[in-house]
Order: sequence, then structure tokens, then C-alpha cells
Amino acid sequence: MKVSYNWLKQWVDFDLGPEELASVLTMAGLEVDEITPVAAPLDGVVVARVAGVEPHPDADRLRVCTVDPGTGELLTIVCGAPNVYPEMKVALATVGTRLPGGLKIKPARLRGVASEGMLCSEPELGLGEDSSGLMELPANAPVGTALEAFLGLDDHVLEVDLTPNRADCLSVRGLARDLSAVTGDSFQASPVEPVLPRTRATFPVRLDAPGDCPRYVGRIIQGVDLEAATPIWMVERLRRAGLRSRHPVVDVTNYVLLELGQPLHAFDLARLEKGIHVRRASSGETLELLDGQMVGLEEDMLVIADESGPVALAGIMGGQGTAVDTGTTDIFLESAWFRPSTIMGRSRRLGLATESAHRFERGVDPELQTEAVERATGLILEIAGGEPGPLTDIRNDEQIPENRPVELRLDRVNRLLGTDFDAETVQEILRRLAMTVEKSPVAEDSGPRWTVTAPSARQDIAIEADLIEEIARIHGYNQLPERRPGGRLIAGTAPERQWPESALRNSLVGRGFHEVITWSFVSGKSLDRLGLNDQAQPLANPLSRDMGMLRTTLLAGLLETAGTNLRRQQGRLRLFELGTCFLADSEGFREPRRLGLLLAGAAAREHWDTRARKVDFFDLKGEVESLTARSPGVEWTFCAPGEKAGPVPGHLHPGQAACLFREDQPVGWLGQLHPGLAQELDLPTPVFVAELDLDSIVERHLPSFSRLSRFPAVRRDLSLLVPESVPAGELIGVIREAAGPDLRDTVLFDRYHGKGVEPGYESLAIGLIFQSLSATLVDSEVDARVSNVVDALKTRLKVELRG
Amino acid sequence: MDVPGLVERALKELDAAEDGPALEAIRVRYLGKKGELTAILKQLGSLPAEERKAAGQSVNQAKKTLSEAISGRQKLLQQADLDRELAADRVDVTLPGRGVDAGGHHPVSLAMDRILDIFNRLGFATETGPEVEDDYHNFEALNFPPHHPARAMHDTFYLPDGRLLRTHTSPVQIRVMKNRQPPVRIVAPGRVFRSDSDQTHTPQFHQVEGLLVDTDVTFADLKGLLHDFVNAYFEAELEMRLRPSYFPFTEPSAEVDVRWQNADGSAGRWLEVLGCGMVHPAVLENCGVDSEKYTGYAFGLGVERFAMLRYQVDDLRLFFENDLNFLRQFR
Repeated sequence: MKVSYNWLKQWVDFDLGPEELASVLTMAGLEVDEITPVAAPLDGVVVARVAGVEPHPDADRLRVCTVDPGTGELLTIVCGAPNVYPEMKVALATVGTRLPGGLKIKPARLRGVASEGMLCSEPELGLGEDSSGLMELPANAPVGTALEAFLGLDDHVLEVDLTPNRADCLSVRGLARDLSAVTGDSFQASPVEPVLPRTRATFPVRLDAPGDCPRYVGRIIQGVDLEAATPIWMVERLRRAGLRSRHPVVDVTNYVLLELGQPLHAFDLARLEKGIHVRRASSGETLELLDGQMVGLEEDMLVIADESGPVALAGIMGGQGTAVDTGTTDIFLESAWFRPSTIMGRSRRLGLATESAHRFERGVDPELQTEAVERATGLILEIAGGEPGPLTDIRNDEQIPENRPVELRLDRVNRLLGTDFDAETVQEILRRLAMTVEKSPVAEDSGPRWTVTAPSARQDIAIEADLIEEIARIHGYNQLPERRPGGRLIAGTAPERQWPESALRNSLVGRGFHEVITWSFVSGKSLDRLGLNDQAQPLANPLSRDMGMLRTTLLAGLLETAGTNLRRQQGRLRLFELGTCFLADSEGFREPRRLGLLLAGAAAREHWDTRARKVDFFDLKGEVESLTARSPGVEWTFCAPGEKAGPVPGHLHPGQAACLFREDQPVGWLGQLHPGLAQELDLPTPVFVAELDLDSIVERHLPSFSRLSRFPAVRRDLSLLVPESVPAGELIGVIREAAGPDLRDTVLFDRYHGKGVEPGYESLAIGLIFQSLSATLVDSEVDARVSNVVDALKTRLKVELRG
Repeated sequence: MDVPGLVERALKELDAAEDGPALEAIRVRYLGKKGELTAILKQLGSLPAEERKAAGQSVNQAKKTLSEAISGRQKLLQQADLDRELAADRVDVTLPGRGVDAGGHHPVSLAMDRILDIFNRLGFATETGPEVEDDYHNFEALNFPPHHPARAMHDTFYLPDGRLLRTHTSPVQIRVMKNRQPPVRIVAPGRVFRSDSDQTHTPQFHQVEGLLVDTDVTFADLKGLLHDFVNAYFEAELEMRLRPSYFPFTEPSAEVDVRWQNADGSAGRWLEVLGCGMVHPAVLENCGVDSEKYTGYAFGLGVERFAMLRYQVDDLRLFFENDLNFLRQFR
């Protein structure tokens, strides 16, 4: 809400500059976002009278004006504004003036005619948006007076960002009341005088939905002159609150809204049929609103209707058909109270963020309606004349909310705040907040207590904690004590069977990976491309189509990141992300945590002594192995697509993909991104990716000690001729089985095919390391085991020793 | 039989010997089977008995002196050889080394780890919850009535079936309190979502929410905890202030500002860093916690905000662009 410093000062007698005021309000929970002077300095701009207007001899669009600046001398000024007329009061920028836009006024010749100053429009003065012509000043504006003084421009506007609970501060008076409670300065209440009716004219009102609208005050005013000018002080106050002056009736209703916080609506009486019904809309009804928009109404919306149908969307916006405009003479003023829950959400649904809805959905003071309508009537009569009728005040008392007394215990105040306030301090604060305080009898074992009733404007005080917040707020949050951390400790430990995520991250970072954080939302297209879309869930209200789906895979984000960085000339990528994916499948909804890895470009940092090569499958597999190695005692297997692993996922190269198994559970796939997909994604280099279930990776066994051998190990190397159809993993499996329990380890240390090796075969060199727990193995024992191995390889895999 | 003369001559020759063969020649000449000293030794038998003893001693002494001198000279020459060899075997230590480049943690993770570390040490256990939530846990149980304007501060992403992406990690407090009676002392880190995107808002960001519920928990404890936390995080003695604010799930509620220190140590602007308050009794009751017996506080902070302040990052959106030139600045 925008509020003028000077206007506020009329209500509270504070002694604070604009900056100090902003700080006091902010520290009271009424946050001031911005303080702006209402106008830039306008030295040299004066109120002037247009004494005469002549056509320009050489230009159709220009006029030559004789202007009286109040100095006794008349000036000649050439002016292009269409609205200039003799005797008009205008703002004159005299020669030497520098306007807010930077323009310096100098004597000039315009198409041959000398011009000694400039007549200004609102934007030229920084006072408004209307650039259609000169800014017109009231006829009684005193010629020669500085414009700054005449308009009272020595003022600031404070933009107050109110939290939704502080509806009571959505008016100058409300803000002033709270300010006076904070500073202790006196609040200048100025009671509104009721207007004496001069006619008997009333208009029938019926409340068909008393729960939604339990109170409706109305009044007819006949013979209002809509052509009357709104006084400049009111125009200025409206402008400073961000509202434009239109005609006296709408200006007054806006003014009362700003002053007291009660939204009012004025109907053109002549356009209302028979009577007002406040009722819920029927579905199918429509209403053309003041802004020209036609809206379809729904059954949960409250409308003001007459005999012919809805004429206003209650508490949100009036209808076009019954709007007050220049032809109007008789009006019907509405001042009602609508239940917040009846208004909440509707204006948002219709995209109508109006001042009225903003206040009603937060809670207008339910005792304010009569006062507001009297205030508005008084102002309308003063400005535009008219004959007021008596008030119509329909109320359904049972439905009007009344602040209930809340019990407040001194002990509770101090126990929640950590203070040692006495009863007097608490009572004094409540008094400043205009609360009704009654002392309760003191029961044994308990300190002072009260029943406290908040004023009707404060609809946010429902429980004891609300009162305690008020006490803290008025006392000052920063005056409250601060206590160093203490309290009961709870021995909470991380499970040792889980590798902490932070340790996993450290390990990857140590291996040269950069962590990335990508979006949880991805485009449907990117999931389609990866073939990972079948378990994807869309958002109902995405920010854009590119962010329309919840990710089912970390790869979409990793690949996009890779693309961006490759385009930015990064030659070597090692990326990982830890994050949540979102799946919907037959088991319901799941949010698995995943680890994604991506390698692309050079395998190693370019180096003078290292052969440059690109990453390949085994770089990626090695990285995965560095992680699985952290869970010893678990059987990890890498399976090619097939019976156990299932078909290769569409996003991977069918010949360079593996499924990782933890015991019998698949953990995820790793491999080369399908070259076709890489091309589609415009990735210029082979990319290798892995996506693994995080829980499976971080789960580990507790280490369990096994006895160390004190006897030497023996190594035997075998050079084998292996059919290419035999996977190395199977070969080693057979070796393990045949070698017996003394085989400690195997090393595959050479692989060769080509010249000297029969086509269809490869040569593998494997070292077998034997060690016994109970004795030194003698040659004959080792020989026996090796020959077992050789026999088993020959019979089971057709693998021969190389000659 | 001039033994001393012989020794003197031999030592001179030794000093002149420059390599192994020269040394060996000297050894043979004097100490070998046919060496000069050996010859003298052989002649000892022909001496009269009374001279024999003294002469024997002097020859043995000479032999010892020469042996030691030879091996001493040998060591010296070997050392010199090694020095020459090593001097030739020199590398250019300024050439780049082999090995992996260090990777790096994402700055948001760095900030998150640091924040959690501080709270974990203060006895707050880390708890997590789902990112897709229901209205009940994200709003209703936290005392947000349907359509309440307070919900407008949380621009929410919905799924077609009415579930939503959590707008804060506060639902974790509900899940924890429903499962456990006080004392509860937790922090809930995680990703949260708001349908808002501009220079200072991204549709996803990270939060840490803290909750402590016990007997005799006061606003003063909350102030003390947060002040210690910001000082610990920023490693400085910062001025802190609380402003009254509004969150449906706390009452009283506050926003926390810290006074930034300029590079020259002078006091700078107030910066908002946290939201907090005493847990609203309705929230405790919603979770089956007796709000007369127990009180509690809750606080929430944006991790990106802390990362930006700590590392002087001036554009929030950089965090999710993952440009390596950006990421490399954080290890």
C-alpha cells in the first residue's frame, strides 16, 4: 500500500523524518519497501494563467499563448497542447528551470515565434502519466505561486508491504493507529459527523446470503453533479496512493477506501431495477465488469443483483451496466461487509487484483460500514452537491463476526518470550493497542491473567499467542532477551551402514568430477528423446512447456548441461548430479534418489607426457567401480544387455552398455550415449553416462575383520587364447571356481588380438595370486591348482593356453 | 726397511688416484701378495728376535693405515661418481605434473553442508521428506486455510491430481512431529519449488528448515540460536535484528536481518536472511503435541541466499546454469 507521509502525519503527531518513519514502521512489522519523494524538485515552475490564445502564423498544430505568470509582465509562449484555452490555469516552467526529465528551459524561437518558457503536461513535471495535454490546475489556483507549494509537493510516499494478517493497516487511519501504539504519540481520531437526510428516498435491499454478506449499508444521493471538479488536495492524495482522479463520486469512494479502509461502490440509481439482492451467482450467469471484461460467474461467487440480474461482483468489482458516469445524476452508495472466505481466491481465479478484493479477503472492520458511508456522503455533498436520503442498514447480527475475549496469562507471556514482564507493562501495551482488558481473578499457583478483547478492526487476534506477539511487537523484538543455545541433547547418529552423501560427493570431487544441480522439471520432448517418458508426471501449471514434466531421469539435465558447456568450448567434461527423480508406475508414486555421471571429451587433462585420447566405456566403468569398491563384501556385476539385464535402454549404444547389479538387484545402466541421440542433441563428441540408484550405491555392510595370512603369496601368469564370444567376466568366474579357496586375487594384465592371434580369438594374460591362511604353498600345490584351472577353461570355455 | 717412508709414499700415490683401477693398482703394489709391505712382512722372520716384535707392530700398523686410506679414498671417489651421475639426472620441476584435475562441489552444496554442519553440531538431527507433497502437509497442517492470502505468497506448482511440489521444507516438521513426541530437534534440508521466475526468483531453490519443540523453549532461545548460527556461518560478529512478520505456522513470527560488513569492516546494509517464529499452537495440536506443555520454535532459510552472500555471487540464475567456468570457482 502506498501512503503519503504528510497524510499520515495528520493522524498521528509523530516527530520522525520519512526515513525514520519507514524504519519505525518496518521494525513494527509494517515493512516499508520504498520511500519516494512525491515529486522531483520543481524550482521555477509556477501557477500561471493563460491570458490569450492565438493561432501560430506558420504552424497548424502550434498556438501562440499570452501567459500571466503573476509577475505583472505577460509572456509569449508557443504551445502545442490541444487542450489549451483562454483563462486556463496551468503550470509554467519559466526560463532557467530544469525539469525532472533534465530539460532546461531557455528562450527559444518556434517556427519564427519567440517563446519565453514552457507550459507543462503531467509527465513533463513527473507528476503523472497523462500526456494528452497540459496539466490543468483548478480555476482558483493563485497565479504566481510556486507549483511545489500549491500542490504541497514537499511530501514522500511510503510503499508499505503488509503481511496478510494486517488488514487493519490497509488504510491511512489504520496505519496511523498502529503507529501511535508503537511510538506512543497521540492518535488524532476525528469522528465522522452523520449527514442529515434531506429526502426520504431509499432503495430496497435484501440479503439472500447472510453468511456471505451479513451487513449492507446503502444510501441514495440524488442530484449529484458529476461535472464538478474534485479538489486538488484530494486529487493529489489519490495520485500519491497510485490512483487517478476520474469524477467526484469515484474519487470520493476511492478516497474513503484509502482513508478508512472500507471499499465502497456507487451505482447509477437510474440503471438499477427495483431492488438489490445480495446472493450467490447461478452458474451460467455472466457479468460485464467495469473494466469491460465479460466474466462467467460460478456458484461460489457472491453477486450484487437487481431484478434483471447481477450488477456487481460483490467485494471485487462493479458492473459496467450500472456504473456511474457523466450522465448520472442519482446514485446509490453501497458500504457492505463481505466474509473473507467468500471473497478469497475468486479475484485470483478471475485475474482481478482490485483494492476492494484485497481488503475484503483479508478482513475489513465489520463495524466500519456506517461511518464510511457517512464520510463518503459528506465529501460528495461538499464537492458535487446532491440530496441524501436516509441510511438503509440491513444487518444479520448473528453472522457478523465479533472479536471474542481471549485469555492472557502473564506467566505464559514470559514463558514464551523468555522475558520477565510485570503485569503493568503488559497492560500498558494492550491499552496502547486499544484492546479491552479485564483482569481475571488470580487463581492459586498462577500469576495475573486477563481476558482481552481486540478492537473490531483487528481480526487477527484469536488466541493467546496472537496477543503475545502483539506484546513482543510493541515492546520491540530487538529489546527482547537473547539466550545462548542450550537445552536437552539428543544422541542422534548417522547409520554406519550408509555411506553419507557428502562423503560420496567428496569422493567424486576427488576424482575430478564437478557437481551440477539441474532443474527438477524438464520438457516432455527431452524425455521422449531419451525414451524415459512412460513413468513421467506432468505439472498442471508449468512455467513453460520446457519445464512441463517432472524429471524421471537425471540424464536430461546432465545432457543439457553437457551441451551448454561443450558449446562454450569446454574440451573435457566430468559431471555428476545427486537428485530426486519422480516416477509414477503401477506401484504408485516414487521419488528415487539417483546419482548421474557424465563423461565426455578428453580422457585426461592434456599433458606433455600422456597420450591424448577420448573417454571410453572403461573410463566410465572405472568411475562406477570406484564407487562400488566402497561397499566391500557386496557382489557387484556388470551385465551386458540380455537375459538377466533385459534389453538395452533406447538412449544407450547397444554395444557399449551395461546394467549394474548389486547382488540380484539392478541398480542402473551405464554406457555410451546412443550416437544417433548424440547427433540429435548436437553433441559433437561421444558422451558416456551412468544413472544409478543412490540408495543401492550408498548402502554397505559393516566391515567385519577376517584373519590375515602370515604366509607368502605365489603368483602364476597364464597366457590364454580365448574365443571372442567368451566374456572376460565369465572366464574369471571359471578360474575362481576351479582354483579353489587359496586364490586370493586375479589380475587381467594384457589383452591382444591381431597379428599372431587367430581370427575370432583374443589373447588374454591373467595373473593368479595364491595365498593360504594356514601354510606356505609349495610349488607342487600351486601347480596342481593351476592345472585344475587350465583343464576347466579348456573343457568349459574352449580356452587354450597360448603356445 | 723404511716403513714410514713407504707409508708416506703410498699415501701420496693414493691422493693422486682418481678412479677404481688406480686404487686397485696401489693396493696390489703395497698390500697384494707380492706387494711391498707384504714383502717386508715376509722378511720379518729373518730379524733378530728382539727387533722382530717392534718391526712386526710397525708393519701391521702401516698395513692398517694403508687399508683404511684406500677404502676412505674409495668412498670419496664413489661419492663423487654418484654426485656426477645425479647432477646429470635432473628434471625440470616447473613442467606440469601428471594426474587428475580436482573437481568441485556445487556452491549450493557447499553452503548446504556448512549450514547443516553448524546445526548438526548444535544437536539438530537432519530429517528429509518427499518433494511431491499433498495439500495437507504443505499447507493445511501448517495452519494455512484454503484460499488464504498467505497461500498467495507460495506460488504453487500442482500435479493434475491435486498433489503439489512442496513450497517449503516445513512439511517435514509435520511428518516428524506426527511420528515422535518431543523433544524434537531437527533440521530439514531440501529442494523446494515456487512457480516464480525472474532475476531474483528461480522456480526451484533449496531450503533448510529447523524445528525445536520441548518444554520451556522461548523466543529468547530462538534469538540466541540464530545469532550464533549467522555468526558461525559468516565467521564474523554480525549485528542481527528481528522484524515482526507473518507466517501462518508461527506466532510470534519474525524476519531476521543481519548487518552486512563491508570489505573495509564498516557496517553495511541490513540483509534479510531468515524467517522464524514460535510454533503456532494449532500446528502442535495438528500433530498431537500438547501445546500447553510444550513450546517450540521453527526457522527457515534459503540456501542459495546464503551461498550468494558468502561467495559474493550476484545472480541467482547462475546456480542452475552449471557453466563450468562458474563451477570451477568453487571447490
